[in-house]
Formats: sequence, C-alpha cells, structure tokens
Amino acid sequence: MEHPPSEHSHAPHPDTAHHVDQHVKGYLAVGAVLGLCTLLTVGLSFVNFGTQNANIIVAMVVATFKAGLVAAIFMHLKSEKWTIYRFLLITLVFAIGLFALTALAFSNPIRLN
Amino acid sequence: MEIPYTVSARPDTGLYNAKVGIWLFLASEVMLFGGLFSAYVFLRVGALPGYWPHGFLNVPVGTFNTLILIGSSVTVVLAWAALKMRQFMRYKFYMAITILCGILFLTIKLTYEWPAKFHHFGAFIKKDSLAKYEPYLGNNYLAAKGLTQRVEITGDLENEDALKDDSITEYDIRMDAVNADPTNPESDRPTFWQRPVSDKVAMVDKADVEYASMFYPRHSAFFSTYFLITGLHGLHVLGGIIVFTYFWLPVGANLYKKNPEHLANRIEVVGLFWHFVDLVWIFVFPLFYLL
Repeated sequence: MEHPPSEHSHAPHPDTAHHVDQHVKGYLAVGAVLGLCTLLTVGLSFVNFGTQNANIIVAMVVATFKAGLVAAIFMHLKSEKWTIYRFLLITLVFAIGLFALTALAFSNPIRLN
Repeated sequence: MEIPYTVSARPDTGLYNAKVGIWLFLASEVMLFGGLFSAYVFLRVGALPGYWPHGFLNVPVGTFNTLILIGSSVTVVLAWAALKMRQFMRYKFYMAITILCGILFLTIKLTYEWPAKFHHFGAFIKKDSLAKYEPYLGNNYLAAKGLTQRVEITGDLENEDALKDDSITEYDIRMDAVNADPTNPESDRPTFWQRPVSDKVAMVDKADVEYASMFYPRHSAFFSTYFLITGLHGLHVLGGIIVFTYFWLPVGANLYKKNPEHLANRIEVVGLFWHFVDLVWIFVFPLFYLL
C-alpha cells in the first residue's frame, strides 16, 4: 500500500503544514464569530420583535448560521468528498420527513366531523 | 490482521474508513436528536396559553456554557491541526483544554443547573380558581397588555411535607419575583439576570391546584423535554471526554510514535463527533433558555 510522504513521517509534509497553518487562523476567526453570535442571540432574545414567533424565527436564523459555520469550517464540509454529501442529503430528506410528520399532526387531515 | 484504510483513502469512497463510519453514525444522530426536537415542537405548539414556561432557566449560566462548548470546538480542531503539523506537545495542550472544557460544562450542568431546578416548585392553578389568585398572577394586567396569561405560582416550597402528606391542605410557596410582583413591567418578559426569590409567601389551597410538582421532568412538557434533551446531550459530552482522555493518555503517544497520521485521523473523527455535540447545543440553548 502506498502512502503519501508525510503519512508515516514525524515531519509534516511541507504542503500539509502550510495548508493547515493557514486554516488555523480561520478556525480562530470562526471561533470568535461563533462567540459573538452567541452573545447576539442572547441580546436579540430580549428585544421585542412583536410576537413570540418573530423572536423564535430571529433566534433560529442566527442558530442556523452558527450551525452552518461549525459544519462548513470545523467539520470540513466546505470541501468534503461526495460520499459524505450523499450521506447528508439522504439524512436531510429523512429529517425533513420527520418534521413533516409533526406538521401533519397539526394539519389534522383525518377529520371525523 | 491490519485494519485497512485507517490512514490512506479507500479508492472508491475517497476517504479513510473511520471517516465514513463517523459520518454514518452522525447521520443516525441527526435522526435521534431530530426526533426529540420534533417532539419539542409538537409539545410546544400544542401547549395551551400559559402552559409553556419562560424564564425558568439561568441565561447567564447557559450563555457561559455555550461559550465553553464553542471554545472546546476551537481547541479540538487546533489539536488536530497540531498533529497535522507534527507538533505533539501542542496537540496535548489543546486536547487538555478541550477535556477541561467538557468537564466544566458537565460540572456546571450537574452540580448547579439541574439541582437548582430540583429545589424549585410550581403549582398550576385550576381554571376556575385563577381569579382567586389574581394578586399573584396579574392576569387582568397581562390581558390589558395583550400578554399571555399566567396559570402557575412558582418559588421555594416552604412546607415540602405537603407533597406527600394529604392531611396538609395547602402549599406554602415563597414566591418567585414574577408572582410576588406580577404587575411590575419587569415581570412581563424574562430577564437576563434571574431575579431572586422574594420574601412573600403564598398559601395555595390544594383544592385550587390542578397539578403541582418540584421542577422534575414530570412537572411539565417543558421540563420533560429539557431534561431529556440536555441529559442526552450531556451523555454525548461525557462520551467525547472519555474518548479524548483515552487519546490524551499514553495510548495517543504510542500511536503517534507508530504513525502520526493515524492519530491525526482518529482525532479528526472524534472531533467531528464533538463538533456535532456543539452543533446540537447551538439549537438547544436558544430553544430552552431564551425563547
């Protein structure tokens, strides 16, 4: 089995080291943004947007942005192999189906009277 | 027999096997937590007005714990990056911080947040008796402002025997600020800093109470989902801490000596799990603490 030069080596591959070093600054920046977004979520939750639903939507938008950052940068989904994307697409379909079932309960399609 | 593709990518997937495995596992985790969040939505949307509490959880503590978890997500990715750059001591340092962050998160949850709930009490008042407790509920004031009614009196239970002894006919509740001063505009919405329990004691007849309990899971749909989801999340944090500690101990050093890339891949896999745990908390925090 062939390995790239750095795989068994205790010296980093020059390309890998440079690549990772660049990413480290990005990880720190993302961490700072996530922290600020947390404080933003807390602050916005005490702002009256008119209705409770409006507050929920605002908080979920910020939370989804944060989750997107974690997934894209920390979990490397920004540049991942298609195998992983395929897994996640299927998961997304099933997760949407799961929440759709909940929505179905509220639409009450089986009316007896 | 050597396990294949622990370091190099398998040609058909383009990934080392553990990465395929962890993503399949995380896909199942999405469905697990998805089911619980779905239940949360179902229960919350279906709750009658006034029966989904706000302001019972400690927002500053929740915020601190969120920042701790985000910090640990940064340090775990830095630990992985250190291994990629073959800086083993730096890896050990970042991993130690990650483990400490996880332990701090769980310690706060288990020694402060949860116990504080177990010592708090709430009595849901029967619909016909709400008017009798108007001085503690302030529903006329709330109705005038177009706000949701209150149906529960909460605080510290002075006579805990009343929970078990049927001969005691009332609950003596040293009320939370929201019930002690229900028409104060500060009580309209939850505040960032929790206001301390007041000195005022309400004597609530058991005959007027629809349901009463300490803030256990059985108290309400809110607390049952809160304890279930944060409990399951806490177990995931514990699992992460155990695996991180395993790789922080000499096992990690030995693996590093044999093949540093193998250890880097293992840390990447555990890191993916840890980031997922962080990702779940990103939704748990606003849904339970803030909204």
